[in-house]
Amino acid sequence: MSDDSTAKPRHEDLVDQRLVCWYFAAALTFLFISMLGGMLMALQLVRHNPFAGIEIFSPGRWRMIHTNAVAYGFLANGFLGCLHWAVPRLTLRPVLDRRLSVLIFIAWQAVVLATAGGLAFGQAQALEWGETPTWIDPVAQVGLLLVAINFMAPISKMSGPLYVTLWYFLAAFIWTFLTYAMGNFVPEYFVAGTSAGAVGGLFIHDLVGLFVTPLGWGLMYYFVPILLKKPIWSHGLSLVGFWGLAFFYPLQGIHHFLYTPIPMFLQYGAVISTIAVELVVTTVVINFFGTIWGSGSAVKHNLPIRWFYTGMVFYFLTCFQCALQVTMTFQALIHFTDWVVGHAHLVMFGVFSMWILGIMTYLFPLLIGRDWYSRKLCEWHFWLSAVGIFVMAGDLILGGLFQGWSWAALQPWDASVEVSFPFWFVRVFAGLAMFGGLLVFLYNIWMTWRGEEELAVDSATVPAPAS
Amino acid sequence: MFESKSGILFIAGVAFFAIAFLSNAVVPALMYRDLPEQTVEELINGNLRYQFEDLARRYPDSFNEAFGEPPGGEAEHDAWWNDKCAEALRVGHRIYTGEGCWHCHSQFVRPVSNEEERWGPVSATWEYQNELQRPVLFGTRRVGPDLSREGGRRSNDWHAVHFFDPETLSTDSPMPAYPWLFDGSPDRPNKRGLALITYVQWLGSWLESYPYYEDDEPTSLRDLELPVE
Repeated sequence: MSDDSTAKPRHEDLVDQRLVCWYFAAALTFLFISMLGGMLMALQLVRHNPFAGIEIFSPGRWRMIHTNAVAYGFLANGFLGCLHWAVPRLTLRPVLDRRLSVLIFIAWQAVVLATAGGLAFGQAQALEWGETPTWIDPVAQVGLLLVAINFMAPISKMSGPLYVTLWYFLAAFIWTFLTYAMGNFVPEYFVAGTSAGAVGGLFIHDLVGLFVTPLGWGLMYYFVPILLKKPIWSHGLSLVGFWGLAFFYPLQGIHHFLYTPIPMFLQYGAVISTIAVELVVTTVVINFFGTIWGSGSAVKHNLPIRWFYTGMVFYFLTCFQCALQVTMTFQALIHFTDWVVGHAHLVMFGVFSMWILGIMTYLFPLLIGRDWYSRKLCEWHFWLSAVGIFVMAGDLILGGLFQGWSWAALQPWDASVEVSFPFWFVRVFAGLAMFGGLLVFLYNIWMTWRGEEELAVDSATVPAPAS
Repeated sequence: MFESKSGILFIAGVAFFAIAFLSNAVVPALMYRDLPEQTVEELINGNLRYQFEDLARRYPDSFNEAFGEPPGGEAEHDAWWNDKCAEALRVGHRIYTGEGCWHCHSQFVRPVSNEEERWGPVSATWEYQNELQRPVLFGTRRVGPDLSREGGRRSNDWHAVHFFDPETLSTDSPMPAYPWLFDGSPDRPNKRGLALITYVQWLGSWLESYPYYEDDEPTSLRDLELPVE
């Protein structure tokens, strides 16, 4: 070791690699469970539910396990794993306390498992994406507080302007805590009816916009320059992207409940701010494509970069779709249909899950200390996931239009179900492709884990891309 | 300010969130503060009581097992039925939420897409100012029909058979069966089953247009089969 090592903290002192591994393992476990739940609901819709009539396998309950396991099991665990890697390396300081980290890890798994168990036994709270039984909410709230403290400690010791990634992270810690509190307590204990609907809308939307989105973009601002070995294209656009998102995103929640009895001026406000944020989103996407400009071939041979940029293309598509569907004209037709379900899958899997899976593809070899068992299986994982989500989203979006037209035409209700069946069948196979991708990934991780070949890790410097 | 810790924490993190919460959540709450929130007891109406007592007539054994026998005296009698009806509504609401019914059935009628024709009157705020809309059950997806005007449209028997096995009554229905709401057969709903039927029969029972039927037009002489001259 040279003298440098005293000035610059060693990687081992910064990052608890074991913890990152645990988080990733937990994340993939819950993704597996969530996908099983999704498959069950998909099979129910095409009337081939293998567990029909069994109470704890009721598709209605597993539909909620599906969405909650993705939000709190997969995304939250995946993000926490990534944060335990990125925050200490970026701030050059470890998190507040390693024991606290372990405590949070255990507590969070308990929260997610209790949520899944509570839902399976029919104790859901009537708040979309916050179905976590009411008795778990306070525990989750404390968990989120501890997460914020643990990660904000190293950030708070930084001096001078922060790097973009940390803007997003800092804000996300505050927003996630506030969003969870607002959504889980206000409509349950303080207001009822229409006002509760407004809060519920804010909650669904802020969970995506103020928890998942800022953590996702923060990680992109961190990993993309490292993997491409060049800085972000425009600092000005980074500023526009962050502050635009911070201002406009929280104002949009009510767009989930257009044409409800919520006052119309609030509905219009939500629509306008949604369209505004799509413009902001475009600047962020332009910034990232400006960054990769000239190194475009990286998407061919650098797998994590390919995951990231595929996610960004989907992000642009899904946001563009949002700018259209949020208008009252579109809402009249597509609200309540599978169009929205397709949109939700495109955002949650096509964008944020793809980013986390890309980061995992990059980090697992470094964490395990061995190169991927099979690069070919990594390719399979990518293509099954990317094609699967593209087909699923396209299929559901199209199916939604047919449902909407069928309803507006006042056809008998059964006709709208009948017109949906072909789309629901295609969705099952798209889902199977995505599930197959996950199985390939898990097998690849397992074989890499058991492999013998050692990868030389230079702990002091930023390691080279995995592929 | 734009890249500093305090700027991000207080302006983006706290202030922007607070602005949104005030304008999007506190404003409607203040606008509707004059609409009192009804308790479950206050929600019981004649239509609902009729359906609830009808359940007791149709499934006496199951009903007595779940809610007990009504007492003798006239005054006590009425109070007892209201009491049990409130209990059934609360339990039914819990089942409706716990089973995730609200993820496939919405509870609001929009003023667009011909929904007034299909479901009945457009939803109004006062309909949601009650304990059973905590949190509100607007819903975001309709795999099955909207249920906010479902009360009274179908008989209790229909609902029992439908919950037990939807395909019996609606071929190709993608709705799951709920046999655990019954003791083995559709004519033996257990407490959860009775409560859920009560809850569904309550939906829309507060409206003047109760029960609302699709394509329900007043009969005119033309429609009757009159002897051809």
